[in-house]
Amino acid sequence: MLGESLTVRDLRICATPPGGEERIIVNDIGFALAPGEVLALIGESGSGKTTIALAMLGYARSGCRIAGGSVQLGDTDVLSLNPKETRALRGHRVAYIAQSAAAAFNPSRTLMDQVIEGALIHGVMSRQEARQKAVSLFHDLALPEPDHIGERYPHQVSGGQLQRVMAAMALITDPALVILDEPTTALDVTTQIEVLRAFKQVMRERGTTAIYVSHDLAVVAQMADQVLVLQNGETQEHNTTARILAQPAHAYTRSLLAAARPHEHLSPVRGRPGAELLDIDDLQVGYGARNAQGRPANVVLEHINLHLTSGQALGVIGESGSGKSTLARAVAGLVAPSHGAIQFDRRELSTTLRGRTPEQFRRIQMVFQSADNALNPAHSVQRLLNRPLETYFNLDRRARRARVEELMDLVKLPRHLLERKPGELSGGQKQRINLARALAARPDLILCDEVTSALDTVVGAAILELLVELRRELGVAYLFISHDISTVRSLCDDVMVLYQGQCVESGPCRQVLDTPQHDYTRRLIGSVPELRQGWLESRPPRSETAATMA
Amino acid sequence: MSEIQAMTHRRQSVPSRRDSHRRMTQSSRLPIATPARRNKPRLKLTRWIGLTLFGLWILIAIVGPWLAPYPMGAFVSDEIYGGASVAHWLGTDYMGRDMLSRILTGARYTVGLAVVAALLSSLVGAGFGMLAVLLPHWLEEGIRRIFDTLISIPSKMMALVMVSAFGASIPLLILAAVLSYAPGAFRIAHSLATNLATLEYVQVAKTRGEGRFYIAAVEILPNMIQSVLTDMGMRFVFIVLLLSGMSFLGLGVQPPAADLGSLVRENIGGLSDGALAVIAPALAIGTLTIGANLLIDSLSNSRDTQKE
Repeated sequence: MLGESLTVRDLRICATPPGGEERIIVNDIGFALAPGEVLALIGESGSGKTTIALAMLGYARSGCRIAGGSVQLGDTDVLSLNPKETRALRGHRVAYIAQSAAAAFNPSRTLMDQVIEGALIHGVMSRQEARQKAVSLFHDLALPEPDHIGERYPHQVSGGQLQRVMAAMALITDPALVILDEPTTALDVTTQIEVLRAFKQVMRERGTTAIYVSHDLAVVAQMADQVLVLQNGETQEHNTTARILAQPAHAYTRSLLAAARPHEHLSPVRGRPGAELLDIDDLQVGYGARNAQGRPANVVLEHINLHLTSGQALGVIGESGSGKSTLARAVAGLVAPSHGAIQFDRRELSTTLRGRTPEQFRRIQMVFQSADNALNPAHSVQRLLNRPLETYFNLDRRARRARVEELMDLVKLPRHLLERKPGELSGGQKQRINLARALAARPDLILCDEVTSALDTVVGAAILELLVELRRELGVAYLFISHDISTVRSLCDDVMVLYQGQCVESGPCRQVLDTPQHDYTRRLIGSVPELRQGWLESRPPRSETAATMA
Repeated sequence: MSEIQAMTHRRQSVPSRRDSHRRMTQSSRLPIATPARRNKPRLKLTRWIGLTLFGLWILIAIVGPWLAPYPMGAFVSDEIYGGASVAHWLGTDYMGRDMLSRILTGARYTVGLAVVAALLSSLVGAGFGMLAVLLPHWLEEGIRRIFDTLISIPSKMMALVMVSAFGASIPLLILAAVLSYAPGAFRIAHSLATNLATLEYVQVAKTRGEGRFYIAAVEILPNMIQSVLTDMGMRFVFIVLLLSGMSFLGLGVQPPAADLGSLVRENIGGLSDGALAVIAPALAIGTLTIGANLLIDSLSNSRDTQKE
């Protein structure tokens, strides 16, 4: 066993915002791990989980400081080390695996150089030994071509592979403790399952003690022995994983569990079919130079046919790169298709923005994934909601004001937020404003591009409920793009599965998701982690060639 | 109280930063980083120095001529290159004119010309920079090539050629400065706007059917205005130095008017004597540009900390 025990007592971390007073962001955190045990830190963003995890390295982010407590790793008191000893500890006895492998690698150096760098800096082994060790780790992590993958550069491997290479980088010095900071959050479910499996195997073989930071309870159920539920930097509940899943004691834990369980069908069952609203015929979108037949060099979407009646909700699912966002952008007029036609309300819809009428602009609204980028940070909420009213409707000042307040009520936000700028709102509030702006136009069709995926589970579930309610009250149609099958299931009537730019399956939501016909749909559905321990082990492993393809 | 808590308490109660021994041994125990706090007092100080110096020169540019004790061109003393005295605080120049009056009056040319030229450069540069992003691709390329061509011409050479071809006049000097410095402003604004234009709120505005000018002015500009202003401050400093250099060569502001650069040139003969008449206008140029620089630095720094 290589892992060592870890005991944390009374950890307190303070932060000083620029120009503000110092305040406590993590308070009274304590836990104990036996060698080889895995603790999950779970909570929504801002709950302090990464801050705590970083404290295990004796590190506090800029503007923060570790104000008290102790971190005991084996027989080392991590927080009382001097800088030189801390340097010797980091990347050697304690290793860190970050969320975004793409951002953690230097694009101009080979993977091998970066994987063995830590071992060489700490002088643990010679270059030759380190290379051998790395190759054996690549084997264990089920990477393709383990003997040669180290010669590649970061952009030459897929996201899931890069995440595993980063695990090799962390494990090369046989650390006593590994910190995994949301290592699979940025991955597709089909990739995530492979990465989780590889992580679990190498960690179990080496008996590594680990801290797993995540917001996803279903993932945590596969990986962790203990779970510590955090809210606002304080422990809400701390227990074994089995107990937390079976008998959550704290209300907050219960709400996390409720949000993570597959939602029941929230949507009203479709009544009579509405009028024809959107009709897409053999759409092809791509980029690059076109050949003689008018086919672009890189085709993102092909042979897409789609019908949407008014008030209908159609879910589009697929992994990243499947072309699902491109579909929404083509309907919105942001990318011009190279082939095919789009009809809106039985009238040909121009493929570019220039050819569209103001009425068409008004009736099709798009809601983007990241409310951070979708709301102009320089404008107040009032101004953001006002603009569509000015553009589309001929209203006087007072009527506009009344309408803005009505919209705030519709998305269940207090009116005093109107004067704020987006930077002063929480993630969930921003997404509600984002929706309200689309609703301001009184649209017939809302294109939702991953509207809940940037949000915490509890907040995301609330947004989803809002979407269902709006649909019931206003009768808007949704083209709902998501990689999350359970949100599609709870909101949509019909579903369309995209794989590598092609529609592999479509039909009523229940039918497709409960009795999937296509291999890929089955794999996609089977890869969604379930909220029970032992699920990961019960999934049949997939051959690496298929994983590379994905 | 645990060992660590006790230690941090001691650290917080350390009264002086100069108490280096205690501080070294204690702070090194804990990896604590509080850069924001450490930088704060220094930042405030540079901002105040910058603001005072720059504000002073703006004030002089506005009211200087009325404060001047003597008319600018009046021969008031028999002594040339006179030192500081009660009658002439900054001494007299090579023709026995009052130096203080000449600086108070001449500052208007230096500051005024530079402010106008910097404003125009940024207006032209940032305006085209933002619009280029929203124009069709071929037009954007065309605009970029034109500005790239201009940027490749050394600014002083362009100004010299223009003055020798058309003669020195104030509109021409401004034109030369704008032609020299607008391309740089364009490059910076264009790269900022390129990043902003791909953001989703701009896409939202496009799918709302908004026009180019609305998107540029309302969606993009407010998010880059601070960087554009910082850049304009830098252009101001460059233009002051360009115009002063031109005047020093005798190709800038022409007599009887004189800006700070020409004051240095006129009195260059007094350099060997260390005459105040040459040191004072040189110091004036120095304090003006240093003040502007400090102010820009502190403004852009404070913006960075706000962002964090």
